[in-house]
Amino acid sequence: MQLLLESLFNGVAIGSVLLVAALGLAIVFGLMGVINLAHGELMMLGAYSTYITQLIFKQVSFLKPFYDSYVIVAIGIAFLVSGTVGILLERTVIRRLYGSPLETLLATWGVSLILQQFVRSVPLAYASGLVIALFFGLFSPLFISDDLLSGAKGKLIRASIWGFSALLGVATGGILSSLVSKLSRASARNVDVTAPSWMRGGIDFVGITFPKTRLLIILITLISVLVVIFFLDKTAWGIRIRAVTQNRPMSDCLGISTETVDIITFGIGSGLAGVAGVAVSLLGSVGPNVGGNYIVGCFMVVVLGGVGNLLGTILASFSIGIMTDLIGAGRLLTIWPDMPSPIYSTIDFFATTSMARVMIFALIVIFLQFRPTGMFPQKGRMVES
Amino acid sequence: MSIFSTKKSWINLTIWVLIIALIIAAPSLLPVFRLNLLGRYLSLAIVALGVDLIWGFTGMLSLGQGIFFALGGYCAAMFLQLNSAGEFPNGIPEFFGLYGVEKLPFFWEPFKSSIFTLISIWLLPAIIAGLLGYLVFRNRIKGVYFSILTQAALLVFFNFFNGQQKLINGTNGLKTDVTQLFGQMVGSEIMQRWFFWISAILVILAWFFARWIVRDRFGNILIGIRDDEARVRFTGYNPVMFKTIIFSIAGGLAGISGALYTVQSGIVSPQFMTVPFSIEMVIWVAVGGRGTLLGAILGAVLINYAKSLVSEALPASWMFIQGGLFILVVTALPEGVLGWIRKGGLKKLLFLIGINKKLETYPSLEVNEQGEVKS
Repeated sequence: MQLLLESLFNGVAIGSVLLVAALGLAIVFGLMGVINLAHGELMMLGAYSTYITQLIFKQVSFLKPFYDSYVIVAIGIAFLVSGTVGILLERTVIRRLYGSPLETLLATWGVSLILQQFVRSVPLAYASGLVIALFFGLFSPLFISDDLLSGAKGKLIRASIWGFSALLGVATGGILSSLVSKLSRASARNVDVTAPSWMRGGIDFVGITFPKTRLLIILITLISVLVVIFFLDKTAWGIRIRAVTQNRPMSDCLGISTETVDIITFGIGSGLAGVAGVAVSLLGSVGPNVGGNYIVGCFMVVVLGGVGNLLGTILASFSIGIMTDLIGAGRLLTIWPDMPSPIYSTIDFFATTSMARVMIFALIVIFLQFRPTGMFPQKGRMVES
Repeated sequence: MSIFSTKKSWINLTIWVLIIALIIAAPSLLPVFRLNLLGRYLSLAIVALGVDLIWGFTGMLSLGQGIFFALGGYCAAMFLQLNSAGEFPNGIPEFFGLYGVEKLPFFWEPFKSSIFTLISIWLLPAIIAGLLGYLVFRNRIKGVYFSILTQAALLVFFNFFNGQQKLINGTNGLKTDVTQLFGQMVGSEIMQRWFFWISAILVILAWFFARWIVRDRFGNILIGIRDDEARVRFTGYNPVMFKTIIFSIAGGLAGISGALYTVQSGIVSPQFMTVPFSIEMVIWVAVGGRGTLLGAILGAVLINYAKSLVSEALPASWMFIQGGLFILVVTALPEGVLGWIRKGGLKKLLFLIGINKKLETYPSLEVNEQGEVKS
């Protein structure tokens, strides 16, 4: 019983990392039909944001008393950073490729290569400066009335906004690199995020120790899922997003700005990747390749759950998580030691993390033989679906 | 002779003579290192031809060609390892000793035969590709789902090969450059020269083969599947069969390519099955021009050559260039370079920069320097 509970907890913990990572992907893929292979790199940006936030809290004197709460601040920052980069990506590349998912796949792979090399060869201080410049450049026009932005005067105002943002970015980069020496040089080495003291250790419950970081990740996932469901179901923009998903031309006719919907959807999907990055940074060291480890798993979650279905995504990630723990950690063998020997030796063969992956992916492919469109398929009457 | 009567045939003949002369002369023109690189890139052109067949002509974007590439490589490497294993304890390859394995795993046995190896290099990947493809296509899984599934399959194979030290030396891979073939070291200069020639000839043969496939009705059906699969099905064809066949052909080509690449790079390892490598294969075809077989070959050779040159000079910048290429080719040049040229891109470019003046007429006419209309 105790063993079962522990296994369940581990499975849920693995699954919730997968879920928070796949959530953004499910939104972007399910609602917009865009295959974003740069999703892993957006997670990586979120993880690096956590690292930078932590360093700033450590070094800057007036923030030092609040060091313990940097993780919570980092979640917000990571959301904004990844969201900003995502919106830039949507505006510059993906906008041209709607309706051809294979093309988005290739283009976003290119973006992911560039982002990986970017964090390797640009000092993190100036990288954050660039993100801040982008942030202000992209978002400050939203707070200026449309009258000011039209005509020749508008162009001047837009240009000056970008100029101001660029200055701000350079200034931030300079200040950060002088304050925190670790951020002033480019490095391809992995970095580590140290958890604040209240997150170390675990909580004992019925004789099992639950690590606090894992619990926090489960909490982050839970909140993200609830917020996303609330946003899509209850808010005006959420309803517009769903309307555009169902019928784009009709929504356009009814006065919904599909372009804005695209920006918001992609921004939120990317922002959630950033939140996932925070979770990932708490689990292990952060490097340029950290996103690549998750991307295929995330896609499997989305496909297994059924595209465009949040419930499916949730179920799929938890079942993959629990399976990973049962097979990969060899727990199935401990729970049920006297199983028939051929099954025992087979499962024993797969009882490492990487071999468990082999088995689970193979099982997913077999599952898709029976349900090609996942657990909860989208209903439609098209020839193609 | 009637086939040489037209001007075009003469041009064709000259080009072929040039190509063959270059292939024969290449070993004396290039330093050993460059020749080896060129040979490797030529072998990569074969896998690119396969990618072009399934993606450019049939519209299926496979991100898992690395599986078949590596399988071909492993077949060749296993034979070479066994071929020179006689001097080691138990008569089995050296690395087995590290893991305390004393008996050859059963699936190594047939690779003692050279004929079996030569067949299995292309047949084994083709069979596995056919099986995988059939299972996927039968369920009408296509488009991005197909791409994601092939990527997942790639990871399955990668993790499997990476984790099995006792069976195939796991993450270290199998070395081939110190093995013996015909009494020569495989990594020696003379063997490498022969492998270069074999690669060059096989690229040409593979090109003829691919052209033969796409030229007739079979090729038309493939293009039909790419453009509208439902319509092909309603017309009475069974797309599953055609897709399975072409996927398995591409797998076979990938196997040949992998075997040639392995003997020339000196090692086969699970690194051949990483995700980036398989996506790179797609970009060679995309840049060269999907749906143009020559584009696939040129793309594979030239991009890899550029990669090695850039990486030697500025190691960090290749990732930026490659990433930029992906974005550029998808947004600006969806037909690839060769497709763009074939659609009159060069003329348009000349027109844009004002060298070639054109009158606004239909059909379009060109003007000469004096501004008169050319006849």
